[in-house]
Amino acid sequence: MQRPLLEVKSLKKYFPIKSGILGRKVGHVKAVDDVSFTVNKGEILGIVGESGCGKSTTGKSILRLIEPTEGEITFNGQDITKLNTEELRKLRRDMQIIFQDPYASLNPRHTVEKIIGEPLLVHGMTSKVERSSRVKELLEVVGLSSYHASRYPHQFSGGQRQRIGIARALANNPQLIICDEPVSALDVSVQSQILNLMEKLRDEYHLTYLFIAHDLSVVKHISDRVGVMYLGRMVELTTKDKLYEEPKHPYTQALLSAVPDPDPDIKKERIILKGDVPSPENPPTGCAFHTRCPHAMDICKQKRPEFQAVENYHFVACHLYQDGVQ
Amino acid sequence: MSEVILELQDLSTHFFTDYGEIPAVDRVSIKVHKGEVVGIVGESGCGKSVTSLSIMQLIPSPPGKIVGGEIRFKGENLALTTEKRMKKIRGNEISMIFQEPMTSLNPLFTIGNQMIEALRIHQKISKKEAKEQSINMLKRVGIPRAEQVIDEYPHQLSGGMRQRVMIAIAMSCEPEILIADEPTTALDVTIQAQILDLMRILNDEKETAILLITHDLGVVAEICERVVVMYSGQVVEEGTTREILKDPKHPYTQGLIKSLPKLHEKEQKLYSIPGTVPKPKMDRKGCRFASRCERAFDRCFQVDPELFLIEGERKSRCFLYDEKKGDGIDRAASSIRS
Repeated sequence: MQRPLLEVKSLKKYFPIKSGILGRKVGHVKAVDDVSFTVNKGEILGIVGESGCGKSTTGKSILRLIEPTEGEITFNGQDITKLNTEELRKLRRDMQIIFQDPYASLNPRHTVEKIIGEPLLVHGMTSKVERSSRVKELLEVVGLSSYHASRYPHQFSGGQRQRIGIARALANNPQLIICDEPVSALDVSVQSQILNLMEKLRDEYHLTYLFIAHDLSVVKHISDRVGVMYLGRMVELTTKDKLYEEPKHPYTQALLSAVPDPDPDIKKERIILKGDVPSPENPPTGCAFHTRCPHAMDICKQKRPEFQAVENYHFVACHLYQDGVQ
Repeated sequence: MSEVILELQDLSTHFFTDYGEIPAVDRVSIKVHKGEVVGIVGESGCGKSVTSLSIMQLIPSPPGKIVGGEIRFKGENLALTTEKRMKKIRGNEISMIFQEPMTSLNPLFTIGNQMIEALRIHQKISKKEAKEQSINMLKRVGIPRAEQVIDEYPHQLSGGMRQRVMIAIAMSCEPEILIADEPTTALDVTIQAQILDLMRILNDEKETAILLITHDLGVVAEICERVVVMYSGQVVEEGTTREILKDPKHPYTQGLIKSLPKLHEKEQKLYSIPGTVPKPKMDRKGCRFASRCERAFDRCFQVDPELFLIEGERKSRCFLYDEKKGDGIDRAASSIRS
């Protein structure tokens, strides 16, 4: 089998909590706590979870936009956690990111040409003429027109801005794009335009996406495999069809049942979870989900379940599916 | 059907800005019956929030102004009423909850303070009674440790809890109508399910009518009985939830539903409506949706379509339905093709 493009092993990111005038460390927020997964070349791996589950931190840690606390990130066979700044800069040509908020991620003082041309300049395209023609080409690729190059971000709508963000990410022909909630700020009719564009680009440029979102229907539409995160941990990871048809983890089941469906004929058994997501500052012992889980057992409070395969390509972290129980 | 308690008749709210007059709400008519849950759906900028703020007379003026139409609440026209009278109605007979529960609660006052204030403004009761009622109300909306929470500040609660507090305040005077402006948009799906469940229970128990404003068709399917679809300041389609979601008539509604990724279906490519939502402006000729519509013909660009009655309460603002009965659709559609 081919080696995966990206391999993440026991990734951890703890943010220190500081207090007092001396800024003493008083604890940790375990934003990402021991997450492992792989992304194969050409696939779209979706990561879903509620706010605060650590999905964005995972995405940013992979690019080292946030320094991970621990763990290995192997990209094309190279462990990128050990690279120095210069090596990392070169590598970023192959790994790009699209951000959630197209209003905040484009510099309002720069023209579109400068915004999209900047990554080209950084990676060695020094000729202005060359850059300008590449920018125009990119604009056409994402469905804008070449004359848009001289405009400023405020002259565009949300969907158009997101297209500029995508063009910027594409500029250096990357292999992997991390998409951090790329459509959640957009209206439904514009959202489907962007999703279709992203799929088209994937096919044309043989891209690989790590697609982070909280909307389960969007992730289902675009992904090949999907991972579900809860409180900094991956609780389930499998192919899209398996996850949506036979979810195994009780959290995944509840999450899927909570999504309101626009088809009035679909009557489903709704699992309404009690309470809120606990604070990642002081997560519950054992399985992080046991405080809200309808199937919680004694062992769940004491022992953290291993994230392991229960079937081919179906990974679950839950005591219900571990050997010796049930 | 039970009596109509709120009726908007050709309501128009315009904003007078430096760039000219903007018709944010353009001749909108909506009826809400007692105990009914009505949804207003639309994308950002379609005027759904301005409609709800107009009902409450909360449009900042200037620049906004209700320039025409009536807002009939139990026979009384709210568009003409005095501010003094409105103060009696707001929070007492019509309540409102907003999208962002953090910004709608005052961070400097305790939960109890804010609840008691609402109660004591509208009812002649002592502080002690108000506090007791508040605790009961908090319990009813499913807040654990209500006796302690009442002395806590908003920042000590999570997003879902704050929205429950907002609902508790809104429901404390047992209003006839609750206007909920995107009440679950800022919340996670599992919390959203809790809040929708709570709203459904309150609607059942107290027969409170709910006017739910949302962009999420899933939420509409979940809780609404009737739906009004808005586009660029106008109502473009109206019907029961089932009719709208299963058999949308207006090309915009059809496109909107087709462009949603579905959880229970496998689709290869998503449909998408070309272009973007146009900004409302004065003196626009023709149908607002024509430039994005696949089925538009010459007339759509020249004449403003009215809200055609298809049957019963089913309406669509589209020339495809310009005949009293449904057979006009096919004829119009075939005339485009030929």
